[in-house]
Amino acid sequence: MPVAPLPATESGNYASMRGRAMELPDQVSDAVAAPTFLSLQNVRKTYPGVTALDGFSMEVGAGEVIGLVGENGAGKSTLMKILGGVIAPDSGAIAIDDVSHERLTVETSIGAGIAFVHQELNLFDNLDVAANIFLGREPLKAGFLKLVDRDRLRNQVEPLLKRIGANFSPDAPVADLSLAQQQMVEIAKALSIDARLVILDEPTSSLPLAETEKLLDVIASLKASGIAVIFISHRLHEIERAADRVVALRDGALAGTLSKAEITHDRMVKLMIGRALKARTQTPGRTPGKVALAVDGLRTAAHPDRQLRIDVRYGEILGLAGLVGSGRTELARVLYGIDRSYGGGVSLDGEPLMLGSAADAVKKGIFLVPEDRKLTGVLLDLPITENISLPNLRGHSHRYFVSASMEAATAERQKADLAIKAPSVQTRTGTLSGGNQQKVVLAKWLAMKPKVIILDEPTRGIDIGAKAEIYALMGALADAGVAVLMISSDMEEVIGASDRIAVMHEGRISGILEKDQFNQENVLLLAVGKTLGERGAPDRSVS
Amino acid sequence: MSKKDLGLLLLILVVGAVVALINPRFLLPINLANTSNLIGLFGMLAIGQAFVIITGGIELSVGSLVALFGVLFVDFVATRGMAWTVAVPLILVFGAVLGLVHGWLITRMKLQPFVVTLCGLLIYRGVARFYTADGTAGFAFGQSFPTLEFLTAGRSWGVPNSFIALIIIAAIMWVVLHRSVFGRYLYAIGKNEEAAKYSGIRTDRVVMAAYVICGVLTAISAIYFAMYTRSISPASHGNFYELYAIAAAVLGGFSLRGGEGSLIGAVLGTVLLQELQNLVNLLGIPSSLNFAVMGGVILIGVLADQQWSVFKTRRVITVAARRNTVGAAAE
Repeated sequence: MPVAPLPATESGNYASMRGRAMELPDQVSDAVAAPTFLSLQNVRKTYPGVTALDGFSMEVGAGEVIGLVGENGAGKSTLMKILGGVIAPDSGAIAIDDVSHERLTVETSIGAGIAFVHQELNLFDNLDVAANIFLGREPLKAGFLKLVDRDRLRNQVEPLLKRIGANFSPDAPVADLSLAQQQMVEIAKALSIDARLVILDEPTSSLPLAETEKLLDVIASLKASGIAVIFISHRLHEIERAADRVVALRDGALAGTLSKAEITHDRMVKLMIGRALKARTQTPGRTPGKVALAVDGLRTAAHPDRQLRIDVRYGEILGLAGLVGSGRTELARVLYGIDRSYGGGVSLDGEPLMLGSAADAVKKGIFLVPEDRKLTGVLLDLPITENISLPNLRGHSHRYFVSASMEAATAERQKADLAIKAPSVQTRTGTLSGGNQQKVVLAKWLAMKPKVIILDEPTRGIDIGAKAEIYALMGALADAGVAVLMISSDMEEVIGASDRIAVMHEGRISGILEKDQFNQENVLLLAVGKTLGERGAPDRSVS
Repeated sequence: MSKKDLGLLLLILVVGAVVALINPRFLLPINLANTSNLIGLFGMLAIGQAFVIITGGIELSVGSLVALFGVLFVDFVATRGMAWTVAVPLILVFGAVLGLVHGWLITRMKLQPFVVTLCGLLIYRGVARFYTADGTAGFAFGQSFPTLEFLTAGRSWGVPNSFIALIIIAAIMWVVLHRSVFGRYLYAIGKNEEAAKYSGIRTDRVVMAAYVICGVLTAISAIYFAMYTRSISPASHGNFYELYAIAAAVLGGFSLRGGEGSLIGAVLGTVLLQELQNLVNLLGIPSSLNFAVMGGVILIGVLADQQWSVFKTRRVITVAARRNTVGAAAE
């Protein structure tokens, strides 16, 4: 398979949590000037209990850049799967170049020139650029041995790279390329099979800002050569700049489209959520207590030359924002005793904290809900009971012998308290939904006495309903006097759930926002290393 | 007992019945005693190996350790005149120390278990041969240690004491593996070491302890082997014993990926292997085919087990699909 045709299963929930769409004042029809490449009419797809796509229609013109927006669960992933030919719609019509199909298969999708570039790249970083682009389709030398014709391969790859303005050689090992460059390799791969529609699924979500600029340039060059682009992103200002037209999905249906001139941040948000974003209701701030964790001049593996200073107080939720790579996870790992610090100190209740392992941290009452739930959060093969009792097995045993009844009692209590949805506490944790797995992680720590709890991306990949429950749990913990440190890349989450926000930039705290300073612009300014005084859209000033 | 263990037990009984029908000498007390003696000796190795395998590791130096400890023990007791009550604990300490070294290299120096214990396999064999200058270590004519000999090679009520020792060790280790906090940690680490670490388990210490247990059980077994053979040529003594131990554990349902298996399985695996050896002898199969029979049976056993679990998973999926649950949406 030359191009990865599988669309990303982005958080994988199709639930339409809210009721039906409300009034749609911004519904503006848009004349498509270029010949239509792809058209979807009234596409429906239901899963048992959920309608993922509810009569969705859209058209894509040749050489048109479409910004596709919608909240998690709006149906974007389902739409991508249908376009990739992975799943068939229940009803509706799909037409490519005016040839209508009942459904697409993976082969027809590739054959029609639909290519995907996923957020998670499908490259082999042990091979070079050219080998990746033509993997499985290498030009061969004549003869019995079928050796790869390196010269011809190079000659074919070079113009592709030139076309998208890539500044690396076909011989460069993929491992040496930056993320944006790797994405360019994926795009070159799409071009190599004569793609006519390139679907970019959240391509910028893990890119530093400067690299994002490069990617936006590539989109422009694709457009210039007549290739259509569907650009999915949660970063609305990027869509604002790149898209010719915005298509908004809400609850599986078309919420509206915006023509180039109409695209503004506010209008997109309004279409996505069906109402204007209200000025955030300021919940009365908690009154935090004493300083629990004091981080003083700490240096971590991410940026060993930078020093971190931050206090986490009892009875507050401190949000830790920042771009990917700013060193937030590394900070969490040091605070939890997984990694050693590169200098500087941490104290708990004023006493210096010396951690040799996570076990030491747990003993002190510092708990971590890690970023990667499946790898480090829970043991998927074990039942809920054993996951919950694991950190405190001695507390669930008579002398050295584990007591199954004590384990079950704790698990039952936690299952009820946290509303974990599972057939029984003996259920294998791996069979639960992401939200319920995350609740099991929380349950195991709440069953002990947390002093400080660190949550790293606590709601990643979790559906909206479970998200709200996890926010409520965090709030209850803070109310009960626990110091909560929440690392999050979700801007709304940081602003909505925190009592204070600390923003990290390249290994240091670039600023701390109090409740009355909370807004997206302030967080972004600090995240790119500016101070609050500096105005101007941060994304444009950095390149 | 799990279903897997019961299946294995059934297989042992069926094979036993067939062999007994063809050659009734299988059931002679002398044959049963000899076989159960070997089960005792190899069973200790298998249990030790099982503790390592459950963490996702492997211990390849077992056979060489049997030779090295055997040579040392015989030398201490027969040549240097050390009291056996001193020599036995000393050998056990050696076993613990070498296990600790292996565990330390694996957890703290981050070396792969296969590599560490493969080096051990070569080193200990070499040291054992050097120690006796490639000669045979044995007891002098007429040397006798009644208590030691009774405990190791003797019988009680017709049952070899080595077999009784295995039963006692197995009972203790069953409790450790299946009922203790430590045992639970072993399974958790075998399933997912990272998640176990993030749950606040000192995974390094637990893994090291597994290698120490393996070292000590190997040392006990080595003493039994030494007293059983009474003369040890270090170039060949204990060759391939690590593979017998691994095979027994695998037959008993242990996954080399870690996190799976039961102690009873490891013991039953040993029983089946020794039964097969016995079968080769009794049924007049050329003994050169010994390894081939063993390999064939293990392969078939593992294959059957694998196919069975594939079948079970398929059935679960089919049932779920038929119920057409909301599960599909969570895909």
